Amino acid sequence: MQGLMFMGTAGIAVFSAIMMITRKNPIASIMYLLLTFFCFASIYVILGAQFLAAVQLIVYGGAILILFLFVVMLLNLREGEMEEKPAPVWKTLGFVLGVGMMLVALSYIVRTPETVAHVEASRELFAMGRVDFIGKALFTEFVFPFEVAGVLLLAAVVGAVALAKKNRA
Amino acid sequence: MEITLNHYLLLAGVIFFIGVMGVLTRRNVLIILMSTELMLNSANIALVAFSHYLHHIQGMMFVLFTMTVAAAEVGVGLAIVITLFRNKRTVDVSNFNILKW
Repeated sequence: MQGLMFMGTAGIAVFSAIMMITRKNPIASIMYLLLTFFCFASIYVILGAQFLAAVQLIVYGGAILILFLFVVMLLNLREGEMEEKPAPVWKTLGFVLGVGMMLVALSYIVRTPETVAHVEASRELFAMGRVDFIGKALFTEFVFPFEVAGVLLLAAVVGAVALAKKNRA
Repeated sequence: MEITLNHYLLLAGVIFFIGVMGVLTRRNVLIILMSTELMLNSANIALVAFSHYLHHIQGMMFVLFTMTVAAAEVGVGLAIVITLFRNKRTVDVSNFNILKW
């Protein structure tokens, strides 16, 4: 059952990722990326990370992709302002390079023997992804990175506003 | 059929290199940014899978911080895209060569 669910979501994720990088229209790309992120959220649920699945949907689906959508509509691209046709030699070269690197990396994964013992699905295991466990870890062991992340977000907000402002003093 | 850690790593690897191919073959700067998001997400899948199979919460914490960084990166990246478009009237990366000499 779990295997079937994993295979299904993984298949949809790979399919929509491929569709995402091949679509001409940026809006279609964004919609396929949204489908990919939904699949990733279901994979997090299969792995027992329910809180991360929720965060994935809220942050990626609700914030990042909406931001992309806003920018595409703000730019209001016409036919001539879209990307130019890349030289076919670069396109083939990029594709061959990507597939080559993928085969090398995947062959290493496939040849690696399974070192981690089989995990029995247990109540205690699936409790690890719950929000109370994550929150406890976030405010004890990981409190310093948590604060630094806040500073990073502040810097990003100030940077984005400063960059996109129309007339700079 | 039993799903092992290697299956998750394979999925993460495939998604990562689809992202790499998107960056290498596309010229639209928005789609290149989306491909980098895809790569970040594939790393997240690997981290959550390790966290699940090794019974440790550290992987999940790392994913939380990766998402924070991704959100910040997209905000600044799209601001740069808007500024570039205002100056060049195009989203094709082959026209963005003002730092080249």
